[in-house]
Amino acid sequence: MNHWPFIIAAYALAIGGTVTLTVASFLAMRRAEARAEAVRRP
Amino acid sequence: MLPCVGRLVWTAPPKLIYWSVPPMHIFANPNRFLGIARPLTPWLGWSGGVLVAVALGAGLFYTPPDYLQGESVRILYVHVPSAWLGMAGWGAIAVCSLMQLVWRHPLAAVAARASAVPGALFAALALATGSIWGRPTWGTWWEWDGRLTSMLVLFFLYLGYIALANAGDERASSSRVAAIFGLVGAVNLPIIHYSVLWWRTLHQGQSITLRGSTIDGSILWPLPIATLGFTLLFAAIVLMRMRAMLAEAKVEARLRRMATQ
Repeated sequence: MNHWPFIIAAYALAIGGTVTLTVASFLAMRRAEARAEAVRRP
Repeated sequence: MLPCVGRLVWTAPPKLIYWSVPPMHIFANPNRFLGIARPLTPWLGWSGGVLVAVALGAGLFYTPPDYLQGESVRILYVHVPSAWLGMAGWGAIAVCSLMQLVWRHPLAAVAARASAVPGALFAALALATGSIWGRPTWGTWWEWDGRLTSMLVLFFLYLGYIALANAGDERASSSRVAAIFGLVGAVNLPIIHYSVLWWRTLHQGQSITLRGSTIDGSILWPLPIATLGFTLLFAAIVLMRMRAMLAEAKVEARLRRMATQ
């Protein structure tokens, strides 16, 4: 049995999941901090 | 004898409080926390990313195949860090829940909530990569053995915690229920850890213990690098989510103040 399709699937899931959550958390943080800054200004 | 006992009883608690509470409450002030979190976040993120890239590159292209499992052993470098962070995420929730319930630490609930989604993601990744690894080595995608089932229970606990933490508004009562759930759910962590000893089924036993490892050094070395890298990334994600929650709370408080003026 060729193991490489299994290896590629596992790496794609792990890297894809981690990168997606990192980017989503970064964008959510930047949006929230920009909103907080905008509200703070008079 | 009695005065000695009396002195121990009456002087030890104040000393304990004096030495244990101040370090923890350094971060009780959100502004002080943000002053540390803002410069720390990119350092954690970038160093974690570099370590993960090095470890996974080595795991894919440099390390030799296993004599028994063949090439599929390379899944080790994503599966083990995922399983570790799935469990560590709940450990963080439990510790923060304890701090919230006992010391009423103001940032503990925020930290616990921020750890839930990344913890759930890594628990799901551990299940998925384990299943993918299981097909070429065990001949099956899934088996209801102790380790796999207790890990699946952990993933469902995460879903329950996320639902509870986001239920309703930000009132203290709903937050307290989530904290109690976070503490009670920690019972599952030793079950996951010892499941391969208590129930000997398909999942292999512990390969790495305090006494050493049964994995050959030529295959093992990228694993601690990958684990450290993913852990730093996890910490960066938690900090980013905490910063987002604190900023949202600030906006809500400001809007509420403006509405009452």
